Amino acid sequence: MRHVLSVLVNDQPRVLARVSTLLGRRNFNIESISVGESEEKGLSRMVIVTHGDERTMEQVQKQLHKLIDVIKVHDLSNHPAVERELLLIKVEAGPAARMEISGVVEPFRAAVVDVGSQNMMVQATGERAKLDALIELLRPYGIKEIARTGVTALSRSMVQGNS
Amino acid sequence: MGHTVTMVGSQSGKAESPKTEYTGSEILLRCLIEEQVDVVFGYPGGAVLPIYDSLYEGGLRHLLARHEQGAIHAADGYARATGKPGVVIATSGPGATNLVTGIATAQMDSIPMVCITGNVSQELMGTDAFQEADIMGITMPIVKHSYLVTDVCDLPRIVKEAFHLASTGRPGPVLIDIPKDVANARDTFHYPKGVSIRGYQPTSSAHPLQLARLREVIAEAKRPVILAGGGVVTAGAEKELITFAEQTQIPVITTLMGLGGFPGQHPLWLGMPGMHGTYAANHALLETDLLIGIGARFDDRVTMGRLDKFATKAKIVHMDIDPAEIGKNVNTFIPIVGDVKNVLQAANVDLPQSDSAAWIEKVTGWRESYPLCYRDSEDRLKPQWVIRHLYETTGGDAVVTTDVGQHQMWVAQYFHFARPRSFISSGGLGTMGFGFPAALGAQLATPEQLVISVTGDGGFQMTNQELAVASLANIPVKVVIINNQNLGMVRQWQEVFYHKRYSEVDLSGSPDFVKLTEAYGVKAWRAKTKEEAITAWAEALAHPGPAVVDFWVAPDENVYPMVAPGKGLDEMIMGDEKA
Repeated sequence: MRHVLSVLVNDQPRVLARVSTLLGRRNFNIESISVGESEEKGLSRMVIVTHGDERTMEQVQKQLHKLIDVIKVHDLSNHPAVERELLLIKVEAGPAARMEISGVVEPFRAAVVDVGSQNMMVQATGERAKLDALIELLRPYGIKEIARTGVTALSRSMVQGNS
Repeated sequence: MGHTVTMVGSQSGKAESPKTEYTGSEILLRCLIEEQVDVVFGYPGGAVLPIYDSLYEGGLRHLLARHEQGAIHAADGYARATGKPGVVIATSGPGATNLVTGIATAQMDSIPMVCITGNVSQELMGTDAFQEADIMGITMPIVKHSYLVTDVCDLPRIVKEAFHLASTGRPGPVLIDIPKDVANARDTFHYPKGVSIRGYQPTSSAHPLQLARLREVIAEAKRPVILAGGGVVTAGAEKELITFAEQTQIPVITTLMGLGGFPGQHPLWLGMPGMHGTYAANHALLETDLLIGIGARFDDRVTMGRLDKFATKAKIVHMDIDPAEIGKNVNTFIPIVGDVKNVLQAANVDLPQSDSAAWIEKVTGWRESYPLCYRDSEDRLKPQWVIRHLYETTGGDAVVTTDVGQHQMWVAQYFHFARPRSFISSGGLGTMGFGFPAALGAQLATPEQLVISVTGDGGFQMTNQELAVASLANIPVKVVIINNQNLGMVRQWQEVFYHKRYSEVDLSGSPDFVKLTEAYGVKAWRAKTKEEAITAWAEALAHPGPAVVDFWVAPDENVYPMVAPGKGLDEMIMGDEKA
């Protein structure tokens, strides 16, 4: 089962290396990791998307907790949460195709953020499945480059003890 | 394992103003003295020149190993003998990488250690400078925690935290990497009184609800057994364990790391389980209806990785300070997280007795019917006989370190340890070359104790250069070489599982260990028969300084019983030895 872990860590050099080394060494699968500042100075929030059964997830959380730089671990799969990912995609688009592509991306609430002579760049945010769908719709036009941020997420209700 | 904290006082007695400035290396040494470190092991080099310059002032005993691996195993032996963190210093690059095996050894066995490495100056870091290695990155998977000191003002806090992390909770090695410019930078010195580490709050006492459940299952149990591991030794819970076992009338199995955590002479002791365990211990694990793991991690040398055949009829209770150990290898019916000394103290209040009389009769019957045995010989010295002789001549009153392999298992089987911290061995990582330097550290930590390093002709050659340290510092360790001119355990596996295709296990052509030892100025003996063995060992014991006895034993002796890898505990090979 897919799980989204929200991990509050010390904003220290190498903290990402500590976490990814641990997950790799223990043979835990990682779909994505994203890191950024948190609401508190000195702490970062790391969002890890991973897969595993209940026992594996328990181990992942316990092993993460053993890292001294890890302050808190929450499995957002157990709470209502908002999940988002940012996608930038550069599509082949001569003058003739531009209007059509704009039409394709519109229902995704995606935006055209750059236009070149033979291509254009689309920015979209949303859940992973939505971005996957957009990529498939744009594929026939010719995809030149894709960049994705990986999932970031927050629980909808206040998680207890999240001080 | 707490440490008292006193504010820094003047070591020299002269007045010091709080504004007095010190170099980073002077601050480091003051921190070590604040932590009551009485000996450090190390090896100098370019990046630690400032630290060694400060050491020159005196105030802290330093032992110059002949290889960084020797230094770190000695620090490890010191830690295992006392429970206090061992301290090792190495230079950048190769000095630091030579520590890696020792750090992993300590991590696997949860040994408190503070490993200090120098590094190149910060302006050179990342440029592939001379003797630069990313030791933080290299050791990340094998440390409890690590620090790179980027500012001298952080150094006292980092050292304080490092000692705290190393020695509390589930202990382990902590690395402090100090760039040369930080060692040279100047600052005032204030040692912090305590630590505040937000992400580190080990659970120390057990949940009362789980203890209540524990009492219930004990009262119901008919075939209970305790599996005591290294956590009992680490926590110093030996007395509590005896009370627990005696009050509940539950027999005790000790893992390799748990040896000495429960007296090997106790009527409730069934021996060691697993691959080379006793019949009684393994069969108790097969038939038990209540298995209480105490500071043991159910690793594959105990369960054989065959969980389908391990304690299948049992409810499993697991006490451990590390929550991540619970449920990692076996499914747990009652998890009890906490320091096992605290846990057992709490459990020992109102403890019921289990209905185990018939079971105890059965398991102790196994112990009598299927004892450990070997076929002795009057012509050839048998390694098991040698170990038994060590045990009998010392009355078991010794600290024994081992290397890894056959002799390690024979020590575990034939030397019955009465008290914790008397058996010192690399259990988890299985590090050859560990035993002899570890014995030097253990001897320095316990000068009044007899310390015996039982080693093999293979393992001894990995770190025997440390004879120089034994000689120069007159460390009276007694080295016992179980010399079978083979890498015995590998040979055994090749005999049993690889159709006697003996590939690269022949150590004949090794040096004459007596001459080698004498070249270091250490007394040595050789024994090829029982008579020679008795005499040589008696003389070595009587000799006041370090001594090496090279016992030439039968080369084709195997360790039995044995459970083949992938087999269950019910498939023990008892061996061809019938007493």
